[in-house]
Amino acid sequence: MANNELSNGSLKGYAQLLQSKQISSLELTQAFLQRIKQYNPSINAYIALDEDKTLAQARAADARIAAGSAAPLTGIPIAQKDIFCAKGWPTTCGSKMLANFVAPYDAHVISQFDAAGAVNLGKTNMDEFAMGSSNETSYFGGVKNPWSFDRVPGGSSGGSAAAVAARLCAAATGTDTGGSIRQPASLCGFTGLKPTYGVVSRFGMIAFASSLDQAGPMAKSAEDCALMMNVMAGFDERDSTSLDRAKEDYCRDLNKPLAGLKIGLPKEFFAEGLSAEVGQVIENAIAEYKKLGAEIVNISLPNTGLSIPVYYVLAPAEASSNLSRYDGVRYGHRAAEYTDLMDMYCKSRAEGFGAEVKRRILIGTYVLSAGYYDAYYLKAQQIRRLIAQDFVEAFKQCDVIMGPAAPSTAFKAGEKVDDPVAMYLQDIYTISTNLAGLPGMSVPAGFASSQDGPALPVGLQIIGNYFDEARMLNVAHQYQQVTDWHTLAPNLPEGKA
Amino acid sequence: MALSIEDIKKVAHLARIEINENDANATLNKLSGILALIEQMQAVDTRGIVPMSHAQDLSQRLRDDVVSKTNLRDEFQKNAPILGNGSQELAVAGGLYLVPKVIE
Repeated sequence: MANNELSNGSLKGYAQLLQSKQISSLELTQAFLQRIKQYNPSINAYIALDEDKTLAQARAADARIAAGSAAPLTGIPIAQKDIFCAKGWPTTCGSKMLANFVAPYDAHVISQFDAAGAVNLGKTNMDEFAMGSSNETSYFGGVKNPWSFDRVPGGSSGGSAAAVAARLCAAATGTDTGGSIRQPASLCGFTGLKPTYGVVSRFGMIAFASSLDQAGPMAKSAEDCALMMNVMAGFDERDSTSLDRAKEDYCRDLNKPLAGLKIGLPKEFFAEGLSAEVGQVIENAIAEYKKLGAEIVNISLPNTGLSIPVYYVLAPAEASSNLSRYDGVRYGHRAAEYTDLMDMYCKSRAEGFGAEVKRRILIGTYVLSAGYYDAYYLKAQQIRRLIAQDFVEAFKQCDVIMGPAAPSTAFKAGEKVDDPVAMYLQDIYTISTNLAGLPGMSVPAGFASSQDGPALPVGLQIIGNYFDEARMLNVAHQYQQVTDWHTLAPNLPEGKA
Repeated sequence: MALSIEDIKKVAHLARIEINENDANATLNKLSGILALIEQMQAVDTRGIVPMSHAQDLSQRLRDDVVSKTNLRDEFQKNAPILGNGSQELAVAGGLYLVPKVIE
């Protein structure tokens, strides 16, 4: 089988092959399962596979196609980040705490894919409770960056990122609280979108920081992301922050020309801290947009630098509250030995959580504790408004904002693991959009050379105004019509035959 | 504001996370770095700025007071933890969850 070529296909291409009966969903799914068997032992992108369940979905999809009632993603194999509850599947959120948890119901996102007839290929590795930027905090081990096995894939959606880059799925889901879709998309060289807060339901998505968490697609191209968004987005009354809006077709504007598009370049995204090689790739991408007829506007987002301090108050504060549910009583890890109830809580949580999760719970508990609430939590919420207002001002001058998605290319495993603050700075360009609730994308824009290794992917970030996903996808799609960065896949070292 | 080892122990207790002396020291070191980062906020004048608690300024949606959830107790109890203290059984009995005795 021309496995390589098949795994490189587009969602539209797969749909055409499936609906014209040139291939069955069973064949397509088996081709991906074969690649997973070959490459996953070294990459560690998937942490749960269930061939029986997966193949049963593929057969059901084939029956639906035969009956003539196929939807655009019917029969297409999708990888699901292990943060989404999928009924009957292990759902661990990358934590020892949930190592034995089998989801008793489906997340909204999962049921949307089921209703679309998509096939669940498996659950992907991630930083524990989505707290990390390198996938190294996962209880189930790190994930290799498919472009260079000594590098991290980024995080927290590192397993989904490696699965998309290594072509171990047709597309994947991710979640983004401070950059967890866009930073790995940049480091692994594919297209990822974090929608406007509230567009995709958080029901059944394990909570980290509820006012920031948002799910989105991770795929090869903008067009693939648009097709994924058509499935993922939509009102769900089970999520109190889900927005009750009319259903959109995210593909509707893909082919619009970009002449007259106003691109804002925030000077703070090109200042100290950005690798010169990454900066050059971004400049080249901007030059390409000028050729497409876009106009460049210099803008400022003056409070960008404050987004990291604000985030590391608000996200841990929300996390310390959300993660208080893991007490060893009704589900999750319980210590093997304990004396009384308090001892059971304290031991179960000490054993079940990893170091980074504990750090964030402690920070969150501290900033919310008596005497510090105003100085930290309230102050951070006030600055959050300043950050959001920066964007309101910026969007008076431009249609989209562009810059790098991450300050560097993929770094080496182990390099930042002992320095939380250095790790946090990975998200300097992505966090502000989460705080404001805005949509952001990362689009493959080229490669930057590194001193001690191969050239590695660089992502161009596109930030849109609220609910402007269709325009952002159009802006990315038009770039992908004149460049081929998004079509490039890494040469993987031979895995198991 | 400098953190002390006592602060770490107090916060760990509030968070119900057991912490030993060694871990408390290592944690103090890392948390101090993170707090130094957070301290950058104090330079900003935020007088009169309304705190932003959420990404969308919306009021809470109301729904009709009708039953909307099904009882999944049996399903949920399959995920109960192992009882512990020598028992390998699930920490459930008669549809309830088992915890150490809290009322004498």
